[in-house]
Amino acid sequence: MDALTIGNKKLKSRFFVGTGKFSNDAMVADVLKASGADVVTVALRRMNFKNPEQNILNYISDEHTLMPNTSGARNAEEAVRIARLARAAGCGNWIKIEVISDSKYLLPDNDETLKAVDMLAREGFVALAYMSPDLMAARRMRDAGAEAIMPLGAPIGTNKGLRTKELIQILINEIDLPIVVDAGIGKPSEAAEAMEMGAAAVLVNTALATAGNPVMMAKAFSKAVEAGRLAYLSGTGAVSEYAAPSSPLTGFLR
Amino acid sequence: MSFYNTYIKYTDFPSQSMTDADVLRALAKDSLSENDLLALLSPQAMPHLEEMAQKAKRLTERHFGKTVTLFTPLYLANYCESGCAYCGFSHTNRIRRCMLTYDEVEAEGKAIADMGFSHIIILTGESPSKTPISYIANCAKILKKYVSSIAVEIYSAETEDYKTLIASGVDSFTMFQETYNPELYKKLHPAGIKKDYLYRLDTPERAAKAGMNTVNLGALLGLDDWRKDAFFTALHAKYIQDNYPAVDVAVSLPRIRPHKGSLFVPESVVSDSSLVQIMTALRIFMPRLGITISTRENPEFRNNIIGLGVTKMSAGAKTEVGGHASEEKTEPQFDVSDERGIDEVASAIRSRGYQPVYKDWF
Repeated sequence: MDALTIGNKKLKSRFFVGTGKFSNDAMVADVLKASGADVVTVALRRMNFKNPEQNILNYISDEHTLMPNTSGARNAEEAVRIARLARAAGCGNWIKIEVISDSKYLLPDNDETLKAVDMLAREGFVALAYMSPDLMAARRMRDAGAEAIMPLGAPIGTNKGLRTKELIQILINEIDLPIVVDAGIGKPSEAAEAMEMGAAAVLVNTALATAGNPVMMAKAFSKAVEAGRLAYLSGTGAVSEYAAPSSPLTGFLR
Repeated sequence: MSFYNTYIKYTDFPSQSMTDADVLRALAKDSLSENDLLALLSPQAMPHLEEMAQKAKRLTERHFGKTVTLFTPLYLANYCESGCAYCGFSHTNRIRRCMLTYDEVEAEGKAIADMGFSHIIILTGESPSKTPISYIANCAKILKKYVSSIAVEIYSAETEDYKTLIASGVDSFTMFQETYNPELYKKLHPAGIKKDYLYRLDTPERAAKAGMNTVNLGALLGLDDWRKDAFFTALHAKYIQDNYPAVDVAVSLPRIRPHKGSLFVPESVVSDSSLVQIMTALRIFMPRLGITISTRENPEFRNNIIGLGVTKMSAGAKTEVGGHASEEKTEPQFDVSDERGIDEVASAIRSRGYQPVYKDWF
């Protein structure tokens, strides 16, 4: 499969996995294995360095690209502080910037995210910006140094699928950065759809964690992401509004 | 601006009796109105408790995952100038009074961290003179070396006081209105700062304004008709969520417990099924609401409600001053029903297919 490169790193998979919400950390290891994922996101707030037995990082092997996230940040300054803590804790220089100042819908705050991207990119972080899909905001984040744009498909945790499809398609068309659909994807078919649209990757957490069998679901998503990517690369046939008649009305003109 | 303006709109609660259809309509919705919440808290919802539980479980798992965060309380002091009729710390109760020295706070912090806790709630009685904000702030600074999240459950204070506490490492706030019924409130709280119903009612808002990450509120269920207090607890939480969207809003659902010297007779008995009704109704009304269940509840009940909406549970709780590092030196505020330590509670959570979360802050 064609490789995706972010921040000069060639990734092994276009399926990114989130690690919150699982019934136990050991399951994360099994899910990761079944998913074939390379990039794994972990909230710094959940990393337990004082109590190594309870540290989720024990279940994530070195083969993975660790992408700490700034969950808990309500503004740019807090996101920057969390990112620096993550780097100081030895979690590398990738950071998924997640700034949320609305605790009801957990929608990202694009203005504060942009400020954080600007500050963290200057500090040498590989900044991936979680955002509400908005073309102008995405352009500004790109200009500020984001390495990838991560628009949400639907509010996080809802499993509602690609509700923001049209807006994500615009980002895919217009932004010359990898577009990673993050949040809202509930089913493998929706992941496949995002990939068919030309998304560079998808990130899934809730749909795996709340599945009856998260490991099997990880496998299903992995195949869907791969299928969607192949479909995108092969060029899907155009969809027409009407059936194409074998005796066309304009046939007499030929 | 005050939650009181919302409260007075509903003083004729419950204005109408609910029907089975009202309950079913509420259950079918994604976004519930106040009237839908009344339906779910009504007696007519009881036959639908299983459906409520199923929906609450789905929503909780979707928004919080299969996780329950663990915390433990640390009582810094039990000096009190209030005379709450139902409380073991009431100034009219002849009990030993004391407060932890900073060295003792250090020892408690270390002991609590060694047990595996990373989230604590620090408590005092209602005594700004004996336990001023500066003392609580200093305690927080000491404890922050050992834990990641510190909540305060203290007397009502000013916005500036909460800012001081936040600057000292406090991130979360808890306050109980006890009851939203102003007449009953007045009767039960005859002395101290707590006497002032409105000042207390607006306290969670002052904490939100100060920038607390989490604002946790609640009523002591059983003091008044629990349906009313559960309803106003939810409305109060929604008021904070609507006006301070950056705040994580949470509620605690304590039922009144016996304590030393108690002659207090609760107004209504909150049965296990009533508590489940409250918890699931609130979850359905506010899918992202944090819900805390303390060790006032017994182990069996606590095990059974994992998955129904609860997001936070205490363990290894002591309700006397200190108690984690030292021997008991005061009477407890109330008797805990669940005396299990962190490991036992964690393994009970695991056995229900959930993950005990030890750390979820910085």
